Amino acid sequence: METKFDKTVEILFELKLSDVMRRDIITIGPKDKMSVLQRTLQKHRISGVPVVNDGTLVGIISIEDLIKWLSDGGRDCSIEDIMSKNLQCLYADQPLMHAVKKFDQFGFGRFPVLERESGKLVGIITRGVIINGTLNRLAMEYQDEEIRQYRASHFFGDITADQKNVSLKFKIAGKDFDNAGKASTTMKKNLKRLGIRPDIIQRVAIASYEAEMNVVIYTGGGSMLYNITEDKISIKVTDNGPGIDDIEKAMQPGFTTSESWVKELGFGAGMGLPNIKKCADKMDMQSKVGVGTTLKIEIFIGEDDEAARNY
Amino acid sequence: MKLQEIIKQCGFELKTQNENLNRDVTGGYSSDLLSDVMANAKDGNIWTTLQTHSNIVAVAVLKNLAGIILVNNRVPEEGTLAKANEENIPIMTTKLSTFEIVGKLYELGIKGN
Ligand SMILES: Nc1ncnc2c1ncn2[C@@H]1O[C@H](COP(=O)(O)OP(=O)(O)OP(=O)(O)O)[C@@H](O)[C@H]1O
Ligand SMILES: [Mg+2]
Repeated sequence: METKFDKTVEILFELKLSDVMRRDIITIGPKDKMSVLQRTLQKHRISGVPVVNDGTLVGIISIEDLIKWLSDGGRDCSIEDIMSKNLQCLYADQPLMHAVKKFDQFGFGRFPVLERESGKLVGIITRGVIINGTLNRLAMEYQDEEIRQYRASHFFGDITADQKNVSLKFKIAGKDFDNAGKASTTMKKNLKRLGIRPDIIQRVAIASYEAEMNVVIYTGGGSMLYNITEDKISIKVTDNGPGIDDIEKAMQPGFTTSESWVKELGFGAGMGLPNIKKCADKMDMQSKVGVGTTLKIEIFIGEDDEAARNY
Repeated sequence: MKLQEIIKQCGFELKTQNENLNRDVTGGYSSDLLSDVMANAKDGNIWTTLQTHSNIVAVAVLKNLAGIILVNNRVPEEGTLAKANEENIPIMTTKLSTFEIVGKLYELGIKGN
């Protein structure tokens, strides 16, 4: 069963900033006076504006800057003397997930959105815009009642996206062949959106699929936790048993315990675990009979690693 | 060779509503074992199989396959077609056996991967 959280995460990868960003951007000029900023923020009830000179983004200024300036005496000067010039921008073609990460990382209230080719300012994105965009999309797929129950305030907390980290968790139902492979195919698309190299995506896809199918086929269910950092993609696959009694044997190519009806569906060649091993830079399997199995897979994103060469 | 052309030359029946029939087919793979396909099929390959269950679509998506040919008059399950349409994976059927259809594909210049 897909939970609402899974759905939210999916939407964060699906929607691009250009789908949700505000395009009616209110801007201010670098030579404008600080008193103009005060009026602009009041009039439009916003908490910050990009500073634009002849169509080019040169800075950003917020209500915090205004407050600090006021408390420092409020002597009139130009925006450019106060604005922050150290710009953190996003691009219109990036997935919302990117913005979520960026908000977590910098703690800013808003980011200017640029068009990638021209570098032109085309929109602005705030946490509120992300939440609205996502809730609107959820609303198309769920009943109103459910939406009301969904606490938007927990939105950013739900998605573990500290500094350079993205974590996604999928529940895997045992024996549910109709949804089998969903976590892996969804993840493959997500990795593509994140701009991960195709050969790496390919290896993640294979390892992930084999691990997912083993949970579907042999266990009562479990979960898959994907963690993407700058240097590697890790998958932690956990299930609630029955466990594997001889891991070394299970790892041998051709070894299988699958029943004939599973074989008829095309599984049970005894190739899954060997496939994972071939694709992974690191693989660690721990199991306890009657308790469950934990499989950890790591695939490095580095330039030219051993597994990539062997693959 | 484009998938479109292969469908015409081999007389496959296209079961899905696809827009991506213009893909270049890079080669082929034949197997009824999904892990085998996961391990050995290559990007852009066409895949012949007896399997009709919806999991063949997941395999084709994950491996970026150009399409799936169901042999021996097999028909895809309903769920398989729905998923294939959603994921834009062409599924074709033929009454020929794997051996015969691979022979035909080879004649057309579609080799192993
Ligand atoms: N999570 C798991 N829990 C319990 N047993 C497992 C688990 N994963 C694998 N096994 C055991 O290890 C054996 C080998 O697994 P492997 O994935 O290599 O091959 P398979 O699933 O039998 O066939 P294939 O993956 O080719 O379809 C399985 O048949 C099963 O007995
Ligand atoms: Mg397996």
